Amino acid sequence: MNMQPQSDPQVLTTRDGTPLKVSLAKALRREKLRSLALIAPLLIFILVTFAAPIADMLFRSVENGIVENTLPKTVNALSDWDVTSSQLPGEPVYKALYEDLKVATEEKTHTRLGSRLNYEASGMSSLFRKTGRRIKRMDEAGPFAEQFIDIDKDWGDLATWRLLKRYAPKYTPGYFLNAADAQLTADGIAMKPANERIYLLLFARTLFLSLTITLCCLLLGYPIAFLLASLPLRSANLLMILVLLPFWTSLLVRTSAWKVLLQQEGVINDFLVWIGVIGDASRLVMINNKTGTIIAMTHILLPFMILPLFSVMKTISPTYVRAAKSLGATDWTAFWRVYFPQTVPGIGAGAILVFILAIGYYITPELVGGTDGIFISNRIAYHISSSLNWGLAAALGVILLGAVLLLFYVYDKIVGIDNVKLG
Amino acid sequence: MKLKTILMAGAASAMMTSAALATDLTIVSWGGAYSNSQNEAYHKPYMAQNPDVTIINDESSAEAVAKLRAMNEAGNITWDLVDVLASDAIRLCDEGLAQEIDFDKELAPAPDGTPASEDFGDLIVADCFIPEIVYSTTFGYRTDNEAWKGKEPDDICDVFDLEAFPGKRALEKRPINNMEWALMCDGVAKEDIYDVLETDEGVARALAKLDTIKDQTVWWSAGAETPQLLADGEVAIGSTYNGRLFSLIEEQKQPVKILWDAQVFDLDGWIVPAGLSDERKAAVMDYLKFATDTQRLADQAKYISYGPARKSSAPLVGKHATLGIEMAPHMPTDPANAKNTFLYNYEWWADYRDDLDAKFQAWLSK
Amino acid sequence: MSALPAYASTGQRAWHYSFRIICGLIFFFLIFPILVILPLSFNAQNFFTFTPQMLALDPAGYSLKHYEDFFTNPDWQQALRNSFAIAPVATLLATSFGTLAAIGLSQSHVPYRSAIMAILISPMIVPLIISAAGMYFFYSRIGLQGTYVGVVLAHAALGTPFVIITVTATLVGFDRSLVRAAASLGANPVTTFFKVQMPLIIPGVVSGALFAFITSFDEVVVVLFLGSAGQKTLPWQMFTGLREQISPTILAVASLMVAISIILLTVLELLRRRSERLRGLTPS
Repeated sequence: MNMQPQSDPQVLTTRDGTPLKVSLAKALRREKLRSLALIAPLLIFILVTFAAPIADMLFRSVENGIVENTLPKTVNALSDWDVTSSQLPGEPVYKALYEDLKVATEEKTHTRLGSRLNYEASGMSSLFRKTGRRIKRMDEAGPFAEQFIDIDKDWGDLATWRLLKRYAPKYTPGYFLNAADAQLTADGIAMKPANERIYLLLFARTLFLSLTITLCCLLLGYPIAFLLASLPLRSANLLMILVLLPFWTSLLVRTSAWKVLLQQEGVINDFLVWIGVIGDASRLVMINNKTGTIIAMTHILLPFMILPLFSVMKTISPTYVRAAKSLGATDWTAFWRVYFPQTVPGIGAGAILVFILAIGYYITPELVGGTDGIFISNRIAYHISSSLNWGLAAALGVILLGAVLLLFYVYDKIVGIDNVKLG
Repeated sequence: MKLKTILMAGAASAMMTSAALATDLTIVSWGGAYSNSQNEAYHKPYMAQNPDVTIINDESSAEAVAKLRAMNEAGNITWDLVDVLASDAIRLCDEGLAQEIDFDKELAPAPDGTPASEDFGDLIVADCFIPEIVYSTTFGYRTDNEAWKGKEPDDICDVFDLEAFPGKRALEKRPINNMEWALMCDGVAKEDIYDVLETDEGVARALAKLDTIKDQTVWWSAGAETPQLLADGEVAIGSTYNGRLFSLIEEQKQPVKILWDAQVFDLDGWIVPAGLSDERKAAVMDYLKFATDTQRLADQAKYISYGPARKSSAPLVGKHATLGIEMAPHMPTDPANAKNTFLYNYEWWADYRDDLDAKFQAWLSK
Repeated sequence: MSALPAYASTGQRAWHYSFRIICGLIFFFLIFPILVILPLSFNAQNFFTFTPQMLALDPAGYSLKHYEDFFTNPDWQQALRNSFAIAPVATLLATSFGTLAAIGLSQSHVPYRSAIMAILISPMIVPLIISAAGMYFFYSRIGLQGTYVGVVLAHAALGTPFVIITVTATLVGFDRSLVRAAASLGANPVTTFFKVQMPLIIPGVVSGALFAFITSFDEVVVVLFLGSAGQKTLPWQMFTGLREQISPTILAVASLMVAISIILLTVLELLRRRSERLRGLTPS
């Protein structure tokens, strides 16, 4: 192996005779492996403790095994029934339903299926509960259709069977449709009635409010970052504590503080009445609405704008502005044409960071948002902890996550992930 | 008789836990004053009788339904007993997450021998649910409101009357109760309310009535909010649980009074999670037999103004443990307060909750 | 901006001062909500309200009872203990894994670098409610829901992006020839790491650790889902406090936490100055 290089004087070799190229490649590989070995523990840690749970949750947005698992024979028997027909399914389907429900009632899974189907049509919950109670008293010899319709006339309603048939498959787009204010009907996909549409509105509002908050953060953050970057380091660091202090104060506490400040009998209104700007009867409504959410969240997210802006501005050399001025530019032109363009990466970094954080906020809108200041996250939380419609929660989550990841991608393109700095 | 029961229960639990083995009971409840009343009336006396039992309090009742479902999916039930609202209990029962209870076999009879199922009577709204207290959602109003010109509201419909009673309202951020009140004040007879609400027109009608006060309303979602809003003068009148109003008026001495008209009764009680081992189940049932007997339920009313769920407990309700005032007149079930009441229809709401909630939230967001 | 030159015109002067006033107002906006909670924590009443007695500076309107409640109430004390049992361990995990990974990522040839970086940063990017829900379902399934380990692992995962970001930032200024010099002088990689690299990146590590600590210490959504009675932390106790029983004890706790934050921030600032001295950068 060492022979060949020696016979070819054109190839550079290391001292032990390995070609330099090979040796370098080896070193490079070793270095790659070493860096991967350093990264591996965290990567595995994050994949197991974080990425796997997220993937697992996302899967719930399409998973729908409950119908087939609870009513296997019925689903099988229904496969021959045409969903568009105006005829009820035949006796074999009712017989299969009887056999399935008998098992399900023993295992107490029939009411669980009822709650699942109740998300799609009201009344399913009690239909299954009622039928479960009566199933033991049914005549095993049949006829089943008649007995079922006798228990509840909904079993003789085409709508019930169409619903069962539509939600029989193991995977369903139903949750995603619901998340977009649509639903599966007998005639395909249709929008929900106007008085039930809410999610598209909430998504739009979440976007709009997040944008407004980002803009407010930029307007308030830019001057502060500019001041901090132009002051001597020691005084800048002292002022920086004023930025970091709210950042480190509990979110819950800051939100409660805003409640105390903004409510109608609160500190700000009291002050305005006292100095006579407004009358006692015309106190401003600044909380439990959009305004409350915007003010409180701007306050909470402002440090996330200031920190990246500051780190970019710190690196801008003052000589450019001086040069511009010495060439006759006014203060404004020097700022706008020379300084400002150099801060754009910082604006991009801060804005996208704030926007990403704002779009997923939950606690603050819940506490100060009232009715028109709440975000899509609040509905996700509601479906997880109250309505137990986890599939819909997951579908809403997927859409939100998709939006965030898209932004994150843009962020990475504009500034690069490793250029984020936190003070 | 009572002593004998206790002795027997004690002996049984001692046998079951084989004396040396200490038992931990994880009991989930709401926290705050309510948990405190349970601690004083149930946990402390029980632990005094059963020194080998340790009760661990978990304050997760608000998230109980979701957490129980997750535990059940994982097959790892860490809770022994959970305090939930009746509507949640029905949901848990439907989902197969709670155990069915044989009232007469597993719970203590009334002192006069009436079996438990009769003593609880109509309040048994689900097979898995052992009612503990009757509470009501009703309105509290500030008494120092100058714009009201000395008048005080005495009718539920005064809540919708912005002319005679101007000022902000606080209502719960969910359809339950609000829809019923709205229809009641829109001229629907009490017994027809749910039939009307079942139709799209009925929902529209209720929401239209709520529309008349929508821009004057603060929507709350946690029990502590309305008392805070009333104390701040942020709202003039607001709905909340009657126990909160009791504490606001009697303990915190705020200028607030209760409007009892059309108060909506609801129940709170215990469920035993499904899937406990036999040994743990036996330990829980022993505790439950003790904690839901006539005397214990009456004792709880010493600490909080919620009515005991057993008929036989009512005569035993005494004075408040620290304030020393007679508790009976503060109970929602007291005849003077219960002239016009409403018990919401659990079965109906189990069916229509998802649908109405979507419509209600859509209306709210507009 | 730092100082106004002697030749500044009137317009420049006016702008200079009005700019300072604007900045002052923004700082006021940042700090005022935090200042407001301090007097309220001494409220003699059980509500978040400035009572007439308080405004009249009547001593009867003030009391230390909420502080007393915090120090004597077993619930709050348990929550405090839990917070201090969870946050440091989560911080340790996040900091050690995060520092190693940041060093690995800063090498010049890392395959799939941006993909790896995206995954490692994701806990900061994914909306918290989604993380909480996902972890809740998944940890339930593997038996970690409601356990101390589960909460620690979750908090550690949420804290790592901060460690990575801060350590990577210090490594950008790190002169790699120092490592080569150490290696050429015969030091093995471990010695090089502890003797050469570590002392120089320590400010980044400490500041990352502080961020990780505060992430865990202030986190409520995930612990609410993942925890059980045994893991009730301070923010959880505050959250139930806000929902079930409003009490200014929350504000007393907050005031104490603000005091702790000020101490931590001062420590951080001193550390930064030390590192600048070490790196030979003098404050301008």
